[in-house]
Amino acid sequence: MNAESSPAFQGVAPLPGVPKPDPILVAAGVERSFGGLRAVAVDRLEIQRGSITGLIGPNGAGKTTFFNLLTGFDRADAGTWHFDGRPLQGKRAHQVARVGMVRTFQLTKALGRLSLLDNLLLAAPGQRGERLAGAVLGGWRAQEAAHREQAEALLERFGLAPLSRHFAGTLSGGQRKLLEMARALMARPRLLMLDEPMAGVNPALRQSLLAHIQEIRTEGATVLFIEHDMDVVMGTSDWVVVMAEGRVIAEGPPAAVGADPEVIDAYLGRDHGKAAGA
Amino acid sequence: MDLVKILTDSLRAAIGVPAAAYALAATGLNVHFGYTGLLNFGQVAFMLVGAYGTAVTVNEGGPLWLGLLVGIGLAVALGLLLGIPTLRLRADYLAIVTIATAEILRYVTRSRALQSLTGGVFGIQKFANPFFDLNPIPPGRYGFGTFNFSHRQLWVMAVGWLTVGLILLLLTVLLRSPWGRVLKAIREDEDAARSLGKNVFAYKIQSLILGGVIGALAGMLLAIDTQAVNPDTFISILTFFAYTVLILGGPGRILAPVVGAVIFWFLLQFTDGVLRGALEAGWLGSAIEGNEVAAIRFALVGLGLMLLMILRPQGILGSREELLTDER
Ligand SMILES: Nc1ncnc2c1ncn2[C@@H]1O[C@H](COP(=O)(O)OP(=O)(O)OP(=O)(O)O)[C@@H](O)[C@H]1O
Ligand SMILES: [Mg+2]
Repeated sequence: MNAESSPAFQGVAPLPGVPKPDPILVAAGVERSFGGLRAVAVDRLEIQRGSITGLIGPNGAGKTTFFNLLTGFDRADAGTWHFDGRPLQGKRAHQVARVGMVRTFQLTKALGRLSLLDNLLLAAPGQRGERLAGAVLGGWRAQEAAHREQAEALLERFGLAPLSRHFAGTLSGGQRKLLEMARALMARPRLLMLDEPMAGVNPALRQSLLAHIQEIRTEGATVLFIEHDMDVVMGTSDWVVVMAEGRVIAEGPPAAVGADPEVIDAYLGRDHGKAAGA
Repeated sequence: MDLVKILTDSLRAAIGVPAAAYALAATGLNVHFGYTGLLNFGQVAFMLVGAYGTAVTVNEGGPLWLGLLVGIGLAVALGLLLGIPTLRLRADYLAIVTIATAEILRYVTRSRALQSLTGGVFGIQKFANPFFDLNPIPPGRYGFGTFNFSHRQLWVMAVGWLTVGLILLLLTVLLRSPWGRVLKAIREDEDAARSLGKNVFAYKIQSLILGGVIGALAGMLLAIDTQAVNPDTFISILTFFAYTVLILGGPGRILAPVVGAVIFWFLLQFTDGVLRGALEAGWLGSAIEGNEVAAIRFALVGLGLMLLMILRPQGILGSREELLTDER
């Protein structure tokens, strides 16, 4: 698997907020409070292009809130963030998605009374038939046919092809996670942000999801994923970021983070030092 | 009790102009509620601006076609007015604002200040003559036995149901397109639609306006049929009748409003006929009086609707499978 020898991270110091050689996402001073609770206070975080970055942290660390802020689903009290050099703070969720930053949700949002195929077709970017005039005048069917082929290929890849005509509302919890990931991919993201993609997915399926995540990176996209399963994080990530109480308290190659006493204190507990260091 | 007459009367009501108008009003709600998940409780406001837009324009000396355009234009404006402040907020805000706006509009049209334009409480009559001048059907009655219509009724019915047909055709095209898919996605989960790059607000506004304009057509049809507009026709109960029609048919089905409207008007007329017949025959004793029939028939239709919701909650055309997927 990925040892700390990931070439892109050569010479990057394992310090919170450390600059990366080629960041696709740079966040600075991002803050969000709920009443008196400071849910997110990230001084600086850069995500290396073409990498798989794992984001870990105890429950309530602010990981999901941080995702919400970056993707326009919540408003930050302060801070800036740039995607590919373009400032994104203050942009609305759909605008964020359109520039190529696509997220999934911790609590899956399957579109219940749409078929699996329609769930995927919806995600295709730049559809002519999505404009009212285009829908009336027609001329979108050729494009739709091409999208349908892509959608069917994706469903195949995620093992959902036999269900493609079923309503998404009939899927099991784990299948919904798969569907949501396939749907996000259909949007052709440059940065894919997954919020606990493995939660509720059985071990066999987990392996194939892991393979998918690696594949996404191979195809040129960047992946940032939140995950609680340490084996998954340590095995899949090129780089691991640790949040606690809203802050980034550590980041570095998986092995280094797994051995960091501060991280072990804050999050991993005593047992995990050995497993990750192995 | 003359059962044949009751049946033919009920059939006449089932395909009459009010049924076509209710089908249109419910079709507008189907776009809002059935396909986009918007709770518009003020459909009657769109009907009102459609009807008054036409009546006032013609009354002021404008041609009928201009009146129809004014009615549609007012519905678009109303959609923007209602949608822009509310559609970014939680779903219930639209419900509150629409029901309040419908009442406000009714009071405004009724007000003395606008009496010179809207006729105040008296409304406007006899503005639709240009429409009846276009009637190609020779004068007379058409049909068989007691099941017959005047040439005048037939003309409005033909135009009314043709409008219903054309609107349904347009909606079929729209809702099967990627545009329609986005509406349904918003109905299911608007955050999911946002996360995939859809401008949810813009689609909701389009949906509100489209369904509102269809509601305005319903108002025009009612106004032209009766050659009269009156503020007290456009009360909130009309919105809820339109919802009844939609839910009867099954929201999210193109044909639901037609099926619902036909059944609604048939049942309304049928219970009315049976109650009056029973009353005349003395079967009901002094349990109810003639002037209570109108209220009792609505109670009976309500009871029927409750039974339908228990036995077939997805409506007549809806699918059980679709309903069950909601539960997870
Ligand atoms: N809308 C909200 N209103 C009030 N408090 C909130 C809101 N959203 C999040 N919080 C609080 O912010 C903190 C961070 O929550 P968040 O969901 O980001 O945690 P997380 O790291 O994703 O946790 P988990 O691993 O359990 O998913 C929590 O204490 C939570 O209670
Ligand atoms: Mg979370």
